[in-house]
Amino acid sequence: MLCVKNTQKFSIHSHQSNSMLVNIKHLISRFVLMALFLFSVSSAAFSQNKTITGKIMDSNDGSPLVGATVTAKGTGKAVVTDASGRYSIELPSSLTQLTISYAGFTTMEVSITGNSVDVRLVSTSATLSDVVVIGYGTTRKKDLTGSVATIGTKDFVKGALTSPEQLIIGKVAGVQITSNSGAPGSGSRIRIRGGASLNASNDPLIVIDGMPLDNGGISGQANALALINPNDIETFTILKDASATAIYGSRASNGVIMITTKKGAKGKPTVNFSSLFSVGKIVEKVDVLTSSEVRNIVNQYGNAAFRSVVSDFHIQNGVEGTDWQDQIYQSALSTDNNISVRGSIKNLPYRLSLGNLNQDGILKTGNLNRTTIGLNLNPTLFKNHLKIDFNLKTSLSKSTFANEGAIGAAVSFDPTKPVYSGNSEYGGFWEWLDPSSSTGLKALSPKNPLGILLQRDDQSDVVRHIANLVVDYKFHFLPELRAVVNAGADIAEGKGHTIVPESAASTYLRFKDPSGKFHGGVNNEYRQERQNTYLNAYLNYTKDIDAIKTKIDATAGYEFQDYLTTNYNFSDKTFDNTIVSSPNFAFDKPQYRLASMLGRVNLNILNKILLTGSVRQDGSSKFNVDNRFGIFPSAAAAWKLNEESFLKNSKTITDLKLRIGYGVTGQQDGIGYYDYISYYNLSTATAQYQFGNTFYQMYRPGGYYFNRKWEQTATSNIALDFGLFNGRVSGTVELYKKETKDLLNEINQPAATNFSNKIVANVGSMENKGVEVTLNLQPIKKRDLVWDLSFNATFNQNTITKLTISDDPNYAGARFGGISGGTGNTIMIHSVGYNRGAFFTYKQVYDKAGKPIDNLFADLNRDGVINERDLYQYKGIDPRMFFGMSTNITSGKWNAGLVARSNIGNYMYNNVASSTGTIRNILNPIGYVNNGSREVLRSGFSGSGANYFLSDYFVQNASFLRVDNVNVGYNVGKVFNNKANLRISGNVQNVLVITKYNGLDPEMNGGIDNNFYPRPRTWVLGLNLDF
Amino acid sequence: MYMKKNIFNLVASALLFSGAMVSCTKQLDVLPLNDITSEQVYKTPSGYKQAFAKLYGSFATTGNQGPNGNGDIQGLDEGTADFLRLYWKAQELSTDEAVVAWGDPGIQDFHNMNWSASNPMLTGLYYRSFYQITLCNDFIRQASAENLAARGITGADADAIKKYTFEARFLRAYQYSILMDLFGAVPFATEKDALGSFMPKQASRVDVFNYVETELKAIENELPAAKANEYGRADRGAAQALLARIYLNAGVYSTAQRYADALVYSKKVIDAGYSLISNYRQLMLADNHTNTNEFILTINYDGLKTQNWGGTTFLTHAPVGGDMIAADYGVDGGWGGIRTTKNLPAMFPDVNGTADKRAQFFSQGQSLDINDLTNFKDGYAVSKFRNRKKDNTVGSSLTWVDIDFPIFRLAEQYLIYAEAAARSGSASDKTNAVTYINNLRQRAYGNATGNISAAALTPEFVLDERARELYWEGHRRTDLIRFNRFTDGSYLWPWKGGVKGGTGVAAFRNVYPLPSADVSSNPNLKQNAGY
Repeated sequence: MLCVKNTQKFSIHSHQSNSMLVNIKHLISRFVLMALFLFSVSSAAFSQNKTITGKIMDSNDGSPLVGATVTAKGTGKAVVTDASGRYSIELPSSLTQLTISYAGFTTMEVSITGNSVDVRLVSTSATLSDVVVIGYGTTRKKDLTGSVATIGTKDFVKGALTSPEQLIIGKVAGVQITSNSGAPGSGSRIRIRGGASLNASNDPLIVIDGMPLDNGGISGQANALALINPNDIETFTILKDASATAIYGSRASNGVIMITTKKGAKGKPTVNFSSLFSVGKIVEKVDVLTSSEVRNIVNQYGNAAFRSVVSDFHIQNGVEGTDWQDQIYQSALSTDNNISVRGSIKNLPYRLSLGNLNQDGILKTGNLNRTTIGLNLNPTLFKNHLKIDFNLKTSLSKSTFANEGAIGAAVSFDPTKPVYSGNSEYGGFWEWLDPSSSTGLKALSPKNPLGILLQRDDQSDVVRHIANLVVDYKFHFLPELRAVVNAGADIAEGKGHTIVPESAASTYLRFKDPSGKFHGGVNNEYRQERQNTYLNAYLNYTKDIDAIKTKIDATAGYEFQDYLTTNYNFSDKTFDNTIVSSPNFAFDKPQYRLASMLGRVNLNILNKILLTGSVRQDGSSKFNVDNRFGIFPSAAAAWKLNEESFLKNSKTITDLKLRIGYGVTGQQDGIGYYDYISYYNLSTATAQYQFGNTFYQMYRPGGYYFNRKWEQTATSNIALDFGLFNGRVSGTVELYKKETKDLLNEINQPAATNFSNKIVANVGSMENKGVEVTLNLQPIKKRDLVWDLSFNATFNQNTITKLTISDDPNYAGARFGGISGGTGNTIMIHSVGYNRGAFFTYKQVYDKAGKPIDNLFADLNRDGVINERDLYQYKGIDPRMFFGMSTNITSGKWNAGLVARSNIGNYMYNNVASSTGTIRNILNPIGYVNNGSREVLRSGFSGSGANYFLSDYFVQNASFLRVDNVNVGYNVGKVFNNKANLRISGNVQNVLVITKYNGLDPEMNGGIDNNFYPRPRTWVLGLNLDF
Repeated sequence: MYMKKNIFNLVASALLFSGAMVSCTKQLDVLPLNDITSEQVYKTPSGYKQAFAKLYGSFATTGNQGPNGNGDIQGLDEGTADFLRLYWKAQELSTDEAVVAWGDPGIQDFHNMNWSASNPMLTGLYYRSFYQITLCNDFIRQASAENLAARGITGADADAIKKYTFEARFLRAYQYSILMDLFGAVPFATEKDALGSFMPKQASRVDVFNYVETELKAIENELPAAKANEYGRADRGAAQALLARIYLNAGVYSTAQRYADALVYSKKVIDAGYSLISNYRQLMLADNHTNTNEFILTINYDGLKTQNWGGTTFLTHAPVGGDMIAADYGVDGGWGGIRTTKNLPAMFPDVNGTADKRAQFFSQGQSLDINDLTNFKDGYAVSKFRNRKKDNTVGSSLTWVDIDFPIFRLAEQYLIYAEAAARSGSASDKTNAVTYINNLRQRAYGNATGNISAAALTPEFVLDERARELYWEGHRRTDLIRFNRFTDGSYLWPWKGGVKGGTGVAAFRNVYPLPSADVSSNPNLKQNAGY
C-alpha cells in the first residue's frame, strides 16, 4: 500500500518533467497505463462506441508518419496510419486515451478531446540528445544556462582515429584541438577558450562516465587518452563557461570535457562489427638541398679540407646522393577492428565491446597495437528506484617507439654519403670517422639517420583499467530525493625497455668502467604505475512547486580523489649490462589528493526563466593548511524568449534563449605536489662532492613557496541560442571574458630569499576575451536528400596584464621556448601588455631587393649596440581566430561528408630553417658536412654571429586552411540472408593544407617547428555490419 | 519493512557522507617519499655533513644530479649554470684573455662589452652566488647551538658541526666578495634573516667590503691552520688569501687603498708553509689534487662522481677545436669555443713556450688575428687545461674531467705581495717581491734567465706577470679594472667594445648591472648607474 501511494505521489510530480532520466519517464507511463487499464476495465461495461480520426506527424517538420500504430489501450484494438499519415479508430466512448507508437519515435499517450486527434511524435534520437550530461547530473538541453556543447556519435569525425579527442576536432566553437605529431597514438593539445594559465596547466579537465581523470600520461604512453577506444564513446559534452564548469572548482578554469561511453540497452542482443583498413603516406618532406647543391656550396665556401670531405661523391643507381628522408619513412598500414554486443540478460542491460587497433607509423619501426575491452552494465532494480551503472574500460597497449631523432638527422645528414659503409663496423652503417678518437668516430658528428632508427629497440607495454560504479537510489519514502554514489578507479601500469646494440655509433663505447674498459650500447628499462581512486556521493532533490509554477532541482555532494603514481628508477646500463649510473632510490611515490564539497540549485520558473547557482569548496594537498581550501561559486540565468507569448506561435523563430552567467574557477594542475615546504633532496652518485678522500652525496634544500594558492579565473558569459524554421537553422552566439588572477606564474625570486631563484608563485594576471559563433544549417531536407552544414568560428584575444611584484622598466618578461641553435636560446616571451607566447626577436634588416642582410638587425632602442635590449615582441603562437566547418549529405543509400578547419593569425618559428639553413651548418666547423634547409639558397645566411637565431625572419605566418577529412559511405543494406546490415565507407584524412608557411606543416603545438613528426595523409576503407 | 530498509539506507548513506568527509579532509596532509624535511636531515651528524657538502658542492655541480637534470639555478641552460663557468665568462670573456665562438644567449655580450641587465649569464652568476650565500645562511641557522642541543647532538659531533659554520661563513664572505667585485651594491642577507619573511635591503659596495673583511677576520683564527683541513675545505690560508685579494683591490671597492694590509695578509699565506710545484704545466692536470703544496683552496671535480658540463670540463673541452686532436687533451671531443686574443701571446717572449713554459697556446691552423669572433680558428687556442695525469694517462672519464680548479694558489699571493710592494711597499718589501716574482719566473723558464731586477718591479710589470701566470684562472677583469684598463680606451684588444681594432666603452661598465630579474622582484634595489 505504502509503495503504491508513493508511486502515485511520484507520478503526479513527475509527469510534468522530471526529464532527467528517460527510464523514469517509462516507469511513470507504465504506472499511468496500469491505472488506466484498471479504470477502463471497470468502466467498459457501461460503454458506447465513438470514432476518432486524426493524423500522425513527425514533430520535427510535420511530415506524415506512415504505418504508425494507434492503440486504444485496454481494448487491445489498434490501427495503423495510411500513406498520408491518417488513421481512424472506433472506441468505447468512455475511453479517454490513445497510445501512439512508431519505430524510432517516442511512444506517446494522448488524451482524447473531441473526435479528431492529431499527434506529433518526437523522434527518439532527438529525445536522447535532448538530455545533456552536466557535472553531477543531467539536464534538458533547452534548460541549460551555461555554455555547453554536445557532440554525439552522428557528428563525430570519421576515419581511422586512435585517440578520442580526434572525434571532435573542428566541431566545437572555442575548442582547439591540435594533434601533437603524426606518430601512432600521439595525443593532442586541447585548448578551450585559449586556456587560462601561464605556467600551470592549460589542459581541460577530462571526465569519463562521471569520473575525473588525471591528465598525465604514463611511461610507455604519453597520451593517456589514447588508451580509450574512440569506438566506445557515445557523446562528448564540453563545458566552456564558468557557470557550467564551476561545479568542478579547482580544475575547471580550462574547461571540462565530459565523455560518456555507450551503454547497454534492453531488448534482443544486437551485434555491431566494424573494420577499418588504412594506408598512411608522408605528404611532404622537409625541403633540403640535393647532393649536387651541397657539393656546390662546399666548393664555393669550403677550404680544401671540406672539399675533400665530399670528394667521395656518392652515386647510386645513376641517382646522385642519398635522400635520407626517403630512407626513414615508409607507407604505414593500419587495421582497426571492433566488435560490440548490446542487449540484456533478463533485466541486466549490457554492452560488451572488443577492439583491436594495429597502427604502423610512417617513421620506420614505429607501431602501436592496442586491444581494448569495454563492459557496461546498467541494471535498474526495485521498480526503478535503484539504478546501477557499471563501466569498465581496459586497454592493453603495446608500442614500439621509433627513434624520432632520425627525423632531424635525415634533414641534415650529408646527402653525398651512402647508407651503408660496405663493412660491418657500426652495424654496417656509414658514419663520420676519426681514427684518432677513442671510438673511431668523429666527435660530435651526426649519426646515420637510418642507423639510429634501426639500431634502437624501444618497446612498451601499458595496461590500463578504468572502472566505476554509479549507484543511483531514489528514496522509496521520498522519491523526489535521490542519492548517487560514484566510486571508481583508474589503474595503469606502463613498462618498457630501450635496447641499443654495442655496434651502434650513437652510443659506441660510451662508458669507461673503473678498470678502464669501454662498453657501448644501451640496455635500460622503465616502469611506472598509476593508481587514481575516486569517490563521489551526492543527494539530488527535485520538486515541482505548483503554487509558484517553479521546479527546483538541488544537488549537494562530496568528492574525494587520490592520485598516486609510483615511478620506478633503474640504472643506466650499457648493452652488456654494465652499470653506468644508478639511482638513489628504487622508486618514488608522488601523490596528491583533493577533497571537495559541492552544491547546486536549479530553478525553472514558468518554464521561461532558468536560474542556476553552484558552489564548490575544494581542498588540495598541494597547498599549506591555511591555503588548502578554495571556494568556487557561479551563477547563471536564462530566459526562454520563445516561450513568451509574443514568440510562442512564431513559425520563424522556433527557439530563442538568452543566457548570462558568471563564475569563478581555479587551477592547480601543473605545479609541484609538495612545494609549500622546503624538502631536502639527496644528490645522485654522479653529483657528489669530495672532501679529503671521501665523496659525499649532498643534501640540498629545495625551493618552496609557502603561500601558494589556487589560480583563480572569473568568467563572464553572455549568449543567445536561436532556432529558426523548426530547427532547420540553429545556432549560438556567445561572448566571454575570462580574467585570471593570482596566476601560477614562474617568477624570479628576490635573491637570498629562497633556495630557488625561480618559483611558481601567485603573481600576475591575464585576460581572455572572445566571441564564439556556431551555426547549424539544413539547406536541404527531403525524403531522399538531406544536406547538413555546420560552421563555427572563434575569436580569442589574450593579454597578459601583470607579471611581477615590482615594476622594473628593464624587465622585458619571462622568456621561454627553447630552440635548437646556440645553447639555451629561447624564442618566446610572456610580457605585460602582450599576448601570451609572443615571439621575442631581433628585427631583421633587409636590402633593397628584399633579401635579409646577414647578421644585421635594427637597433630598436638606438643606443648604438645590438643586445637583448633590442629584442621585441613579435606576433604570437596562438591564432587570433579559428574556424571549423563540417558538412554531410545523405542521399538514399549514399552519404558524403567533409570536415575542414582554419586558423588565422598564428605564427611559427621555423627552427628547421634557422638551425640547418646556413653555410655554417653545412660546413660544420668541427669538420664535417651537413645538409640543410633550401632556405640557405634564398637567404645565404652564414649562421655566424650570436643574434642570428633570434631573427624575426624565421617567425613566419602559419595561418592555414586544412581539410581534415573527406568521407563517403554507402549503405549496402541487408546481407547474409537479411540477417545483417552492411555499410561500407571510404575516407581520406589530412586531405589538404593551404598555407603561406614554408616549413613542413603550419600546425604544430608550441609554435616552434623543429623535427616535427609529419602527419601522414591516410586513406581509409571501412565496413560496418549490424546484426 | 520498506520503511526499515529505507531508514537503514538513509542512515548508511548519511554515515558514508559524514565519515568520508571527516576522514578525507585529514588525508590532505601528503608527504613525499624520498625527499625529506630539514628535521630529518639534521637529526644526525652525518646529515649535517651531507648538507654541509652542498655548500661546497654548489661550486662544483650545476645541481643534484650529475651531469645535469636537477639543477640549482633556473632560467638558463643547466650545463652553463655552474659557478666557475659563469664566473670565468664574466672575468675572462670580457677581457683580452678570451673570446668565444658560440651564440649562447648573451655570451658574445661579454667581449663586445654591451651586456644588459637581462643578460642571462650574468643573471645566472648573480643567482648562483646568492644561492651559495642562502645555503650558508640556512646551514648556519641549522647548526646553531640551540638547534644542536634540541636535536641531541653534543660533544665532538657538536664541535665538528660548529667548525663547519666557520667554513660556511668563509664561503659566504667569498661569494659576497665576488658579488661586490662584479655587481657593486647588492642585496644583503645573513643567517639572521629568516627565509620567507623579509625583503633584502641593498648594501653599498663599501658596506659589503667592510662586512667581508670583518667576517674573514672574525673567523681567521677559528678555521684550522693552513693545510690542516680536509682537501677541498677552507682553512686559515684561504681566509687570509681572500683578505689579501680584497685588500689589493680595496681602492676599487672603497676610496681607501689597503696595500699595506694586502702585504700583511699575502705574507701570512706565503709564510704558512706553501710552496710552488716544480712544473707549471702540471698545474691543471687530471691528478692536480696532488698539488697541495701550491693550492690553497680548490673546487674539486671528478669525472665519475662530480660530473657537470661547466667547471674544468668546460675549460678543457671548450678550447679544443680546429686541428687540435681531442685525445691529446684527454677528452672525447672538442667543443670549438674559446680562444685568446693576440694580446696574451704577445706578453710572452715566444708563443710556443720555448723560453717561458707558461705560454701554452695552440697555433697550428689558427690565425693570431681575429676576423670573426664566432670562428674558432680565429685566435690562438689555449691548452692550459688537460684531462691527462702527470704520467700522461687519461682521466677517469673522457667526457667529464678530473681537473680540480684552484680558487687560491700560492702564485697569486706572490703576485699580490709584489703588486702591493711595487705600489707602496718599503725597500725590503720590494726585495721580497722580486724574490717571489723570480720564484715564479724560474719555474716558468726552468732557470734564472727570466729573472727580473728590482728596477723592473713596477705595478704594470706585475699586471703583465699576473696575465702570464694566472691567465684563464678568472682574474683578468678585476686586474684590468684596478689598472683602469678595462673600459678605458687607453688599453685596447681585438674586438674590445665590439670593434675589430678595439675601442673604449663607458666607465659604468666597470660594474655589471644588477639582473633585472632581481630588480623586478625586490623593490629595495636600485640599479647601477648607466644601466
